Amino acid sequence: MTASIQIHHDPATQYLLRLGDTCLILGQRLGEWCGHAPVLEEDIALANIALDLVGQARALLTHAGRSGGFDEDQLAFLREERDYLNPTLVELPRGDFAFTVLRNLMVSTWLKLIWAALAESNDAELAAIAGKAIKEARYHQQHSADWLVRLGDGTAESKRRCDIALSALWRYAAELFDDDAVDAAAHATGLGPAWSSLHAQWRAEMAEVLAEATLAAPEDSVFRSTGKRGVHSEHMGRLLAEMQHLQRSFPGGAW
Amino acid sequence: MRDHQTNDLSANPSADASADASINHEWPLWEVFVRTKAGLDHKHCGSLHAADPQLAIQLARDVYTRRQEGCSVWVVRSDQIVASDPADKAMYFDPAEDKVYRHPTFYKLPPEVDHM
Repeated sequence: MTASIQIHHDPATQYLLRLGDTCLILGQRLGEWCGHAPVLEEDIALANIALDLVGQARALLTHAGRSGGFDEDQLAFLREERDYLNPTLVELPRGDFAFTVLRNLMVSTWLKLIWAALAESNDAELAAIAGKAIKEARYHQQHSADWLVRLGDGTAESKRRCDIALSALWRYAAELFDDDAVDAAAHATGLGPAWSSLHAQWRAEMAEVLAEATLAAPEDSVFRSTGKRGVHSEHMGRLLAEMQHLQRSFPGGAW
Repeated sequence: MRDHQTNDLSANPSADASADASINHEWPLWEVFVRTKAGLDHKHCGSLHAADPQLAIQLARDVYTRRQEGCSVWVVRSDQIVASDPADKAMYFDPAEDKVYRHPTFYKLPPEVDHM
């Protein structure tokens, strides 16, 4: 088995990895739908979305790894759990279709806003990545918003499942909009926006879709997940075991 | 309010189709036409099931344009398409076979426009 790599934790790298790991881990979760979606066309759509996210992750991890001399594969497959900096929201198990659709909407709306802001980054490569990724994020948002409206304003069964998904997921959004030293450093150097600056717009866009879906967001809670600091839920370990097993068993393996 | 069975949505959705006959559990079929990036006309490329026009467009984009096949998508409900009867093939199409005067082959285009 291959040993884990040790990464640097300077603020700029952390900022990039928080974003890159969000894309990587959500891509991994969405890939679990392959072969299991409710209809064939959605199976392809979810796989497409997963691939888009993995593509964004590749670009971000390649960029983040340069300063430490690591490539995208090493960063994706050989870190310890505490060195993955994705918010807890994206590592939660895939759930049912309503859960997946709601989480996709929450994350894609947020990603779209971040990509829009990152197009102005002082870091030219990050701005270039953002320019391409925002088109994908717009589509992901439209895809999941359309589905949430159909499910929320659908049958009693679909609405019930949406309500369950909302009560399970809503509290994990707060982590996306709390600032810390990493955000302060990114904002100061012009690398990217502090995540809190996206909150108002995110709320507005989510509220619009929820209203059309005849759903109500739960009250905000004081609960804070801590994934972006490397302190993950119990689900992350199992996800990484599955994701990393092949690369660690057959180092450098390729198709 | 009828109490629906709480099936896992990833399992066969038509398992309880008989529970409520007023709901149509089949999505209608749509034909998909895609215009290629450099092309002039939309070409038929396949079909899919979707609940309504907006979903049909979005699924067509996901299923039929993922390899950069096109820049524009049309969807038409399959039951809106009227097709000629194969039994009439001889009557409809054979008479055009030997009417060379209907083809514009005897006019020479000036070089400036001769790229069609």
